[in-house]
Parts: sequence; structure tokens; C-alpha cells
Amino acid sequence: MAHSPAIAIREGRGAYRVLVQRKKLVLLALGLVLALSVIADLGLGPARYSMREVVLALMGSPEVSLQISVVIWDIRMPVALMAVIVGAALSAAGAQMQTILNNPLASPFTLGISAAASFGASVALVFGIGFLPWAIDYVVSLNALLMALAAALFIHFMSQRRGVTVETIVLLGITLVFTFNALLALVQYLASEQALAAVVFWTMGSLTRATWPKLAITTAVLAVSLPLFMRRAWALTALRLGDDKAASFGVNVRWLRLETMMIISLLAAVPVAFVGTIGFIGLVGPHIARMLVGEDQRYFLPASVLSGAAILSLTSVVSKSIVPGTIFPIGIITALVGVPFLFSLIMSTRRRAW
Amino acid sequence: MVATLQLNQVGVRYGKQEVLSGVTTPVLKGGEVTAVIGPNAAGKSSLFRRIAGLLDGPGEIRLGNGASPSPAPHVCYMPQDTSVNTVLTVYESVLLARKQGAPRKVTDEDLQEVDRVLFSLRIEPIAFKGLNELSGGQRQLVSLAQVLVREPRILLLDEPTSALDLHRQVEVLALIRSLARERDICVVLAIHDLNQVLRVADRVMVIDAGTMVGCGPVEDVITSTLLQNIYRVDGRIERCSRLCPHVIIDGPIGQA
Repeated sequence: MAHSPAIAIREGRGAYRVLVQRKKLVLLALGLVLALSVIADLGLGPARYSMREVVLALMGSPEVSLQISVVIWDIRMPVALMAVIVGAALSAAGAQMQTILNNPLASPFTLGISAAASFGASVALVFGIGFLPWAIDYVVSLNALLMALAAALFIHFMSQRRGVTVETIVLLGITLVFTFNALLALVQYLASEQALAAVVFWTMGSLTRATWPKLAITTAVLAVSLPLFMRRAWALTALRLGDDKAASFGVNVRWLRLETMMIISLLAAVPVAFVGTIGFIGLVGPHIARMLVGEDQRYFLPASVLSGAAILSLTSVVSKSIVPGTIFPIGIITALVGVPFLFSLIMSTRRRAW
Repeated sequence: MVATLQLNQVGVRYGKQEVLSGVTTPVLKGGEVTAVIGPNAAGKSSLFRRIAGLLDGPGEIRLGNGASPSPAPHVCYMPQDTSVNTVLTVYESVLLARKQGAPRKVTDEDLQEVDRVLFSLRIEPIAFKGLNELSGGQRQLVSLAQVLVREPRILLLDEPTSALDLHRQVEVLALIRSLARERDICVVLAIHDLNQVLRVADRVMVIDAGTMVGCGPVEDVITSTLLQNIYRVDGRIERCSRLCPHVIIDGPIGQA
């Protein structure tokens, strides 16, 4: 061998440090894309503002008119931030679902959590039945949340049974998707024309429902969940080596799964309850993150959060740009924007992505 | 301080089915290599998982540090199945093995230890390959690196060399043996190749149909009687010109 052992050993460490730096740069770049997208999002709408005007309004500069300031802060800001937070939450939920279920197809959407939420919302929209009757203002959201949590808990408790493998859980999730879609179709069939339109619109997902209180609740859920995940970053990464391996490292695999599933259900259910079904982010965000920074949770999770947030924010920009003056429901646009992006990433990486 | 391991009437149950029972061993000490042999599905892997704490069952596993039983010595277990489906690199996977249960931050010492282990197993050229790109043998070496980097005192290896070529088998087993001696590690390893057992082990445990049917110094246990009773083959133990014992197999029982 040409190298002396000492040199070869130093190379491993050095190369690792370079790679870590590169991952941090990727995170920075994702953050930058996100920031630019939010600024663009704030500038777009029935009245279009330049990037300069938006930045000045954000900084509270007296140079911009009060009108612009009000439009940006009071009308567009909750929606733009909701896109960021919902994208981040759904992507984080998808990332951890893929991690604990060891399956690239796992996401809140594919495991039936979104479908359950849609069903819950439709019951409220069509029959006016609230599962919690005292909270009339939030009846649609609460119904959606409760159904989504019920679906997540069902998946979790089934997965605790002896002999249930991660593959079975994914199958189970898919059966939930079909079940809730059938129930949703049934409700739609029974619905009046007006209620039907409301259900259809709800299931498309729309950020225009965003309000500051909803934004605050979703942000709080995300703010509590992410540090919990980060604290267990090494253990969660170890799950990717298989249960036996992780357990042999001293990771309490069952407990870690339970805990993570609980957090995921909230992360997935709350945004869906507020903005409707936005599929795809939970699936595509983590995959983009994995291709960019790999599966070390210390970088994978932030990258998932940032790419999910960036995609939904960019989608929001696109949904306003197609036909000026019209905002398309974001649920429709997400897949149309996300798919080509994911596809080009898959095609351009030579390494196996999963 | 020498790590010790002793099993007393240890068993494993899956539900109501007893797959292993009544395994009792003398005190296995640091610096010694104990080989666990026996036919497929005899209960070897269950025994390893039981000792590693991944399975419950009756009996007592006594871990000790020299004379005192506590603190329990660091037990590391390498499972037989090394198949993975992840884009984690070799380097990341070995580092993360070291960081389990340790402070979150990666220190220089951590990286040095990872480099040292990768180098000792000669897998530093594949350090930045994804685990899903490796061959079975490479995965096995990485899996071994993952346990060695945790600085075990008691090392449980379930068929650590089954996917390796002959050269690598000899090399890895020699490394395990010298690590056991140098660092007083108590090594227990399952292995099918009896010639390798004769080369590497100080002691042999024979597991057959869920019970321990023999335990003792290598040359006392590996005999033509063992070959006939446990493996149902005719064979004998001979010494080569350097007086190393090795197994000669004549064929399935009665057909030689």
C-alpha cells in the first residue's frame, strides 16, 4: 500500500469533517431558498409587491406605505408562515415515519392519517356533527385531528402486537387509506350539493384557512417535537441499522418507536386538521433530505424540515402565479411541483437513494 | 479488572415454546475465546440474544468485573443478520455505534477510535461508501467494526465470519483473538467451521436441540465422537506437520 497507516487514518477523520461541513452548507442553502421563497410568497397576491418593498415592510421601514405593511403583515404573513410550518411539520412527520417503519413509502398520507382527517372533517362539514360538541368554532379541525390521532394510535397499537413487522404496519396503513376513502365517499354521497362542495374543497387542502391562532398551535407542536427528536438523534439513526443492531447498542427500540409514533401523530394531524389534506410533502421532503445529506439524523431531520418547508412555500408561490389573481388550492399544486423536482433528483443521483 | 461471564441454568422461551434450556457454564474470563458450536437452529443465536439482554427467559446471567459484580462490564453483541437498507456510510454507522448512550457531541477521540477500528479491520478504503452498496462480507466487517468501536469488555459475536473469504476469516479471527488477549475481552463467538474453532478458541460450548451438550477445552470437546453425534459425519482429528489439530471429514455417517 502506498500510504503509511498514520496517513490513512488521518484521512478518514479529515474526510468525515469535510463531509460534515458540506452537510452544514446544504442546510444553509436550504434555509436561504426557504427565506427567498417566503419573501416571494409575501410579494405575490392580487396586488404584487417587489422584493424590495417586502423586505422594507418586514423591517418596519417608514418608506413603505401603511397599506402595503398591513397587507403583508396581517393578510399574507399568516398564510406564508403557515406554508412554512405545515411543510416543516409534515416533512418531519414523514421523515420519522420512514425511519421508525423502515419503509420509503411511509408518510402521513400513505398510512391513512390524512385520509382519517379528511373523513373526520367531512362528518363535521356534512352532518354538522362534532366529536367534541363544546368546541363549535374549531369543529372541522377538531374532528379531523381526533380522527387522525385515532388512526395513528390504531396503527401504533396494532404494531405492538407480537409478530407484527414493519411491512405489516405499512400494509395496515394502506388498508386505512382505503377504509377512510370509502367512508369519505359515503359521506359525500349522502351530502347536500353545498356540503359536498365544502368537503371537496377541504380535501384539496388550502392555506387560505390560516389564522394566527392556528399558526401558533401548529408552531408550538413543531417547536416541542423537533427538540425531542434531536435529543434522540443517535438512537433514531441507529434504527436504520435494524432493530437487533439498535437494541444491541442499548436502544430501547419499542419505547423509542412508541414515543416517536406519538409525536408523529400530532405533527401529522395538527396541520392536516387546519389546512386540509396536503399529501406528498411528508413523502417527498424526507427523500430530498436523504439524497442531500444522508441519514444521520443530526442533519437528516433539519434537512427534512427545511426542504418540506421550502417545497410548500414554493408551492404557495406557484399556486398564486399560475393565474394572476387566483389562488389554487395548495394540495393540488404540491404534487405537481414536488414530483418533477423529486424525479430530477432521483435521476441525477448515481447512488442508491434508499 | 477482568470481565467475567457465567451462565446458570439459562433458557429462552418464545411464548410457551422453550427453544433453549438449562445452559450452565463455568466462569468465562476476559482474555479467553469461547466458541459456541452446534447444528443450525440448535439455539445458538437465541443464547446470544439472551445474554445480550434482547430476550427474556429463566436462569441467571452473571456479569462481573473481576471480583465485584458491579458495575456490569460493557457487553456488545454482533447479530448474525447484517443486512441493511440505508444510505448511511460505513464511517457514519461506526461512529453512531460509538455514540449510543454517550454524550451527543462528537469528540476528536471518537473520530480517532473510529479510524483506528476501521484500519484494524482494513475497511478504511470503503469508509465513505453507503452500507447499501457493500457486499455481504464487507457488511460483516462493518458490523464487527460497530461492536469493536464500543470498546466491549464482553464481546458476543454471532457467526462473525460466515460471509468472509478464507483469508479474511483467518485475519479477522486472529484479530479477535489478539484483541481478547491484549484488552482482556471475554469473547464468545458462534462459528460453524471447526478448523477455525481449533485455531482460535480456548473453550468450546456445544449446543444441540436447545440444550448444552458439552463444554470444555477445545481438544477435549472436538472429537470424532462429536462429529458423529452432533453433526452425523464420519471424521477424525489429526495433527498437521506443525502439530496443529485439524478436522478431516470422511463423509456423511455410514457412507465413508
